[in-house]
Amino acid sequence: MIPAQFDYVRASSVDEAVAALAEHGDEAKVMAGGQSLIPLLRLRLSYPEVVVDVGRVAEMAGVREDGAHLVIGAMTTHHEVIHNELIRRHCGLIAEATETVADPAVRHRGTFGGALAHADPAGDLPAVALALDAEMVIAGSGGRRTVPAEEFFLDYLQTAVQPDEVLVEVRVPKLGEGWGYRYEKFHRVAQSWAIVGVAAAVRRSNGTIAEARVGLTNMGSTPVRASGVEEALNGASLERIGEAADRAAEGTSAPSDLNGKADYREHLARVLTRRAVTAAAGS
Amino acid sequence: MTATTEAPAPEVPGRQNVVGTPLRRKEDARLVTGRTRWTDSVAAPGLLHVVILRSPMAHARLTRVDVSGALQRPGIVAAYTGLDLVDDFGGLPTAWTVSEDLKTPSHFPVARDVVRYVGDAVAVVVASSHDAAVDAMEAIEVDYEPLPAVLDMEQAMADGSPLVHDDIGTNTCFTYHEEHGSYQASKAKADVLLTRRYVNQRLIPNAMEPRSVVVDPTGAADSFTIWSSTQVPHFVRIFMALVCGIPEHKIRVIAPDVGGGFGSKLDIYAEEAICLGLAKRLHRPVKWTASRSEDYQATIHGRDVIQDVEIAATSDGKMLGLRVDLLTDMGAYLQLLTPSIALLGRYMYPAIYKFETHSFHCTGVFSNKTPTDAYRGAGRPEATFAIERAVDDLAAHLHLDPIELRRRNWITHDEFPYTTVCGLEYDSGNYEAATDKALELFGYDALRAEQAERRRSNDPVQLGIGVSTYTEMCGLAPSRWLGEQGYVAGGWERATVRMTPLGKVEVVSGTSPHGQGHATTFSQIAADALGVPFEDVEVIVNDTAAVPWGLDTYGSRSLVVGGTAVRRAAEGVVEKAKLLAAHLFEADPADLEFDSGTFRVKGTPSATKTIQELAFASFTSHTMAEGSDAILTADHLVDPETFSFPHGTHLCAVEVDTETGMTKIRRYVCVDDIGKVVNPMIVEGQVHGGVAQGIAQALYEEAVYDDAGNLVTGSLVDYLVPAAPDLPTFETDRTETPSTTNPLGVKGVGEAGTIASTPAVVNAVVDALRHLGVDDVRMACTPERVWRAIHGARGSDDPAPAGSVVYGGATTETTAGGRLT
Repeated sequence: MIPAQFDYVRASSVDEAVAALAEHGDEAKVMAGGQSLIPLLRLRLSYPEVVVDVGRVAEMAGVREDGAHLVIGAMTTHHEVIHNELIRRHCGLIAEATETVADPAVRHRGTFGGALAHADPAGDLPAVALALDAEMVIAGSGGRRTVPAEEFFLDYLQTAVQPDEVLVEVRVPKLGEGWGYRYEKFHRVAQSWAIVGVAAAVRRSNGTIAEARVGLTNMGSTPVRASGVEEALNGASLERIGEAADRAAEGTSAPSDLNGKADYREHLARVLTRRAVTAAAGS
Repeated sequence: MTATTEAPAPEVPGRQNVVGTPLRRKEDARLVTGRTRWTDSVAAPGLLHVVILRSPMAHARLTRVDVSGALQRPGIVAAYTGLDLVDDFGGLPTAWTVSEDLKTPSHFPVARDVVRYVGDAVAVVVASSHDAAVDAMEAIEVDYEPLPAVLDMEQAMADGSPLVHDDIGTNTCFTYHEEHGSYQASKAKADVLLTRRYVNQRLIPNAMEPRSVVVDPTGAADSFTIWSSTQVPHFVRIFMALVCGIPEHKIRVIAPDVGGGFGSKLDIYAEEAICLGLAKRLHRPVKWTASRSEDYQATIHGRDVIQDVEIAATSDGKMLGLRVDLLTDMGAYLQLLTPSIALLGRYMYPAIYKFETHSFHCTGVFSNKTPTDAYRGAGRPEATFAIERAVDDLAAHLHLDPIELRRRNWITHDEFPYTTVCGLEYDSGNYEAATDKALELFGYDALRAEQAERRRSNDPVQLGIGVSTYTEMCGLAPSRWLGEQGYVAGGWERATVRMTPLGKVEVVSGTSPHGQGHATTFSQIAADALGVPFEDVEVIVNDTAAVPWGLDTYGSRSLVVGGTAVRRAAEGVVEKAKLLAAHLFEADPADLEFDSGTFRVKGTPSATKTIQELAFASFTSHTMAEGSDAILTADHLVDPETFSFPHGTHLCAVEVDTETGMTKIRRYVCVDDIGKVVNPMIVEGQVHGGVAQGIAQALYEEAVYDDAGNLVTGSLVDYLVPAAPDLPTFETDRTETPSTTNPLGVKGVGEAGTIASTPAVVNAVVDALRHLGVDDVRMACTPERVWRAIHGARGSDDPAPAGSVVYGGATTETTAGGRLT
């Protein structure tokens, strides 16, 4: 399989990338690790005139602390995320979920920001970013803006990033004392997409659940927050987890495909939410 | 023979035999370090690249195919429609006339007026580079007038169904019936009747190397060299001569390194004819190589058989009669062996059991899907699946342990040779020994106890145990039998063994390795027969110029038939060498003995000649016996007297998460009896790969079409092939009951694992859930199907994915279920 012809721009800075995007607009497509874009090009399902490669923009890679936040460069590879000490210490949910992404070859090329900007609802990381209340820093010709995860994922493969913009970095609030987490991924073979995934982060206080955040993978055209579950868990005892998890499919619009019809996915969401929250709550 | 007392032979440094030892494969250092030559790596001066425009419609009339736009594109050399190429090649062949009523539709390499499956070739593009060809292909304009697609086997046979082939007038390709004894009489005697419908879903073979063809027309004397990623270079030569009208002696076929086949390359493909035709027309070398997704559409699929099975038994567990009625999907056309595949399993339904009667019926059906053909096991996995599932189901109904029911019905070791209800004579076997060994390795009783405990405690994770005591028939022979069956070829195999002047050995075999390790195995056989070092043997295969006679590799035949030919030819070389040695010693040949590569005159320890010395003496020919050859060479052709019948016992334990439906294999134990073993490591590899492929059918793989006839599982993203992380550790062992029908005592192993494992896994899944009222889960046993089976959605809801026509369609799916009386 051979892609159609396209021009290629390798950006060495965010400014260069933004300039190239400003010049080519809709005709251009940003490439990060290429793990989603290259298959689309090879199958001729995508016909950009220009590919703007940001994979080697140094200022877009790496992880740093910024007060109560971690700042993860969009070009940080999955492999780097999994092995990054700061992420493991402060946002372990990201590392745990990233370990389940595809296979080692993909994890060495694919990037955290690329996965979020691609916004495949079956991808693992969008639901995680949503559950963690991450903020996306987006650069365009007019400068930088920050978009909360809640407003970032707009539709199937669509985000708040405009054609002349690029996702630069992701700000994730650190999970402090008392927080536990779990990513439950349900899939049939190791390298395949999630049929359903549940990202849960839970803060316990005095034996009850003080706060819970639950994101769902592949339960709609975007990642979704299981807000009914979160509400039911707020201040709840651990015995109430099962009951709360029964609300996991509320407000979702799960797809029907080869791996399962919607009703099965709704059932899985409830079972996996119970398991994820139970594990996150450390019980 | 005179009785003499001989002095013990003098101590000489003897050689150890290598047959039976796990020597490392000769092939692997080259393969794993990439020093390989795949068909796609073949380069030729002036090479052109061919790409093929394929139909996106399952069934449509071509009202316009316009290639003129493509001809304007850069790098383009030519572009043709099917109608442009009517003089370049004829229709593709089918080699097996399975019945008098067989309908063989025209099957042109490029469609001329109607396309009949998604992937049917519509036009071809030739360009100076592959990229240019792909770009130019986008400029071809085609008008398709949609026709109704035939996707469901049962609907296809109903009155008024749209037809895949108008001119044939029916979607029924053939019917076949065979009756052994009166099944009705068995049924009348029976007080238990088990009636079941099982389904072998459609599978995609997935050889690691997609297909590829290169044709160079610039050989001497206007000859054509075809490189093809094929299992059957000798067949390709014959059929290309016939299809393209090029004299056979002008065609040379080479199968270079071939990255797997599993039966999918046991075929004659459109692209071979297209490339040969284009090379002839353009007088330039051409190459075509499939992408993975193109391979998914344009390389044969496997299985796709609906099986109605009935066992007439007594309530004390004696199985009397077996009735089998099959529907088998041909796809849109007949490939080389398409109609024969389900029938190749027909004698394996009675399996290892002493049925009194067997009734077999089979109907082949056309559909608007990719043609089916041989896939690892070819008919026998289907048969084994049905009988082994049914035996477990019957055991459950009779409240008998599935092993116990088998013991009451199988052929015991002292009954061999045994003539089955189908008239096949099984030469040897010991089902008790293999089963006892497997049960011990498995810890059967402990696992049963754990299962009972999990049931008692209502554990959300239930344990299931599945049994498969398979046998199979492989080797695909003898020629006389194949002729009686309507097959156009024989079942013989041929080998030449020759000594080179400096004492090395060349083995020429008509089999065609594509990953199995023939070079290693045949070297071991020849080395022992000649008494030479293993490293001194070269195996020559896969080139019709170097190996003029052969019937290639499929059906687990290479060792049983081809290996026997190698052994016999090597013995022929020893006989010739012995005559020469006797001449040199001025002794009577009867007074010579041969051991470990050395001839000596009995009673004269100093008179010795090595076979290498004799090879040189033969080459120089300075002194030769009357009438002897100047080269130590011998040919042998084997036409086996019968099949070989490996068997074994496979046991599988699964844990089923009843909340999600997920199945996890906890233990997999197999004890196979494949007779004598030449290379235990190669055998182990074959068993591992085979078991993995059979598990894949049970739990993962399934070719799914939507209701418009699109292959939804069109790539490895959606067609799930399990890999190492998804599979358990296989615990393998063997028993060894030598075959009595070949001098090596060997039986085939290439397909055994695939044949055995699928029912073992599905039986385990069903066993885990039987107490919940589940008596079947359709393959692939996906978590969703298992969950729906548990939660009673079956019957009230369609467990197939939305919008899909798995199992040939919704009708088929909803006619599921069995009947126990």
